[in-house]
Amino acid sequence: MTMDNDINPTSVDPEANATDATGAATERSAFQRLMTVTVGPIVAAFLLSAIILLLVGINPLTYYGYILERSLFSGLGLEQTATRMAPLLFLCASLIIAFRAGIWNLGTDGQFLLGAVVAAATAPLLVGVLPGWAVLLVGFALAAIVGAIWSIIPALLKAYQGVNEIITTLMMSFLGVLLASTLVKLAFRDPATTVPQTRTLPVEDRLPRLFDTTISSGLVWGLVAVLLVHLMMTRTSFGLRLRMVGANPAAATHAGLSVPLLTLATFGLSAGFAGLSGASEILGVAGNVRANWNPAYGLMVIPLVFLARFHGVGAIVLVFFYSALLIGSESAARRLGVPQDFTLVLVASLLICLGLGEYIDHHKRKKER
Amino acid sequence: MDGLLTEAFLSSLFTGAIVAALPMLLAGLGEQMSEKAGVLNIGIEGMMLMGAYMGFLVAFKTDSLWLGFLGGILGGVLVAIAMAVLCVRLGLNQIVIGIGLTLGAEGLTALLHHFQFSRSYPRLPAPERLNIPGLTDLPVIGPSLFGRHLIVYIALLVVVILALLYRRTNLGMTLRAAGESPAALDVAGGNVLGVRVFAVLFTGAMAGLGGAYLANIGAGLFVPFMTGGAGFIGIVLAMLARGRPFWVLIGSLIFGAALSLTTALQVAGSNIPTDVIQMLPFAAVMLVLVLFGRRAKLPSALGAAYERGAR
Repeated sequence: MTMDNDINPTSVDPEANATDATGAATERSAFQRLMTVTVGPIVAAFLLSAIILLLVGINPLTYYGYILERSLFSGLGLEQTATRMAPLLFLCASLIIAFRAGIWNLGTDGQFLLGAVVAAATAPLLVGVLPGWAVLLVGFALAAIVGAIWSIIPALLKAYQGVNEIITTLMMSFLGVLLASTLVKLAFRDPATTVPQTRTLPVEDRLPRLFDTTISSGLVWGLVAVLLVHLMMTRTSFGLRLRMVGANPAAATHAGLSVPLLTLATFGLSAGFAGLSGASEILGVAGNVRANWNPAYGLMVIPLVFLARFHGVGAIVLVFFYSALLIGSESAARRLGVPQDFTLVLVASLLICLGLGEYIDHHKRKKER
Repeated sequence: MDGLLTEAFLSSLFTGAIVAALPMLLAGLGEQMSEKAGVLNIGIEGMMLMGAYMGFLVAFKTDSLWLGFLGGILGGVLVAIAMAVLCVRLGLNQIVIGIGLTLGAEGLTALLHHFQFSRSYPRLPAPERLNIPGLTDLPVIGPSLFGRHLIVYIALLVVVILALLYRRTNLGMTLRAAGESPAALDVAGGNVLGVRVFAVLFTGAMAGLGGAYLANIGAGLFVPFMTGGAGFIGIVLAMLARGRPFWVLIGSLIFGAALSLTTALQVAGSNIPTDVIQMLPFAAVMLVLVLFGRRAKLPSALGAAYERGAR
């Protein structure tokens, strides 16, 4: 047995998808399902994290109150939540392609950062040379290309040698993160500053803001990216081919598909979107890259995409709540003197409780049959 | 660069290689057993970190490194219990839960560290070392090879024991069956879930011990996020080793040597940026993968939860 179909993201839970299709789940009220797979787990996760907050002597109600107040019930906070969604959405697009095509791209952090650094290095130099829209376009395009280039070795190894991409993409990710930081310090350093960082793209040259808000229009492009990717994977013949490779590479070969070429295409597209994600953060919000900057969004987006069952709309909803959680927690942690890292505890309990919710739902449906 | 190849440089290189290699060796050995049994244990980074925290906490409170190591094992096993219940018993997605447990352990240890140690950053005293008269006094390699803490030699013993276990015992066979063909094992009367639970708990113990070594001997203190991907490297080592404990040992030493070049070059006064030097171990793995990647072999049922009678 080769390692092509050993651990295959698309074959994680075939049974659940099958029952979705037959509509057996509609027997039980949709309300009950909603309670078991979403509301219940979210409540459980917040209760679980509340216990930990109590243990370290923080009032969980105050903490959660601050999160809501900041992320959803204040105008500026809501705008920040929306802005933060942009890079996360591009990453969702990247992972939906990869996971649906049966490729574990765990290297999005490296692809993200290199895309970000290249966009940050070129865009400020082009201001004044090219019109504003062209500067942004070049920045995004270069970021996508560099992200894709960073996946070439894992892609070739996977396509022609059958080397497991979990290892190779993780390794390239570590390398990419270090290379990005080296590039900022040595090659693209802004000579005018003392701290190592790239030149800064002036605010007026960044992605335009939406209407009168502070929301970066990167949000719109992120939404477009996720929806386009979703349609491509579910409604086009190209997407069908990628999914065939993901479901069963041997069968796809017998059906006459060029599995190696489709694998290369998957890597290129997925890593390209990860690069775009980096560019959206730089050209939309940050304006420059500081040395050793690494928000490590990639690892956190992976479970969201899973929980959305690789569905674009589901991913968008989850990204919204996740983004709200990030923004709200940053403020709550600051105000109560808790380290930011508590957010990780909250995210972890969410993942585990949502997983448990799926398990309970799965078993209830099995009993009904 | 004339400081290269001096005794101080080589000595710190060898010593650093072993200190850096040991946590990865233990993590790799643990992960290897999980993977053999069919569980892709992405939570290993979290197990290591919890081991580092608990190991340091116990060693700091009791003034005993050995109790600290036990604490580290306990910390790793605690996270592993969660992994075993969720992924083996209930069959939840191993990647989602693995990432969840890693993130959770990162957050929890950072939080606890903040409230307990962040004001004082206490350190442990330097550990007592083995001293074999004659051997330890050898120049350059003496202190690095024969003057380590006893736990290093115990880890080497574990490599041998595991190699024998996989080759010569029923348990070794059962582990492989659970990863290659769980249904066949079930039909033959083996306990698939039981074996997998055992493997995951063993991984937790090994990773926890590795974390405790990292904190108590490697650094002498606990810092949040201190494992810095060592668990992930353990996963890579296990995947490259094709089920052989000795290969994990060799891989971890190569990795350790590359990592310790960073410090050794700093000792030698080199001005290569640390980022570049830190790339070496990862670049080394990529090179190995490009050259020999085809030979990596994983169990067929890796990553798939086993449910009796399902398809």
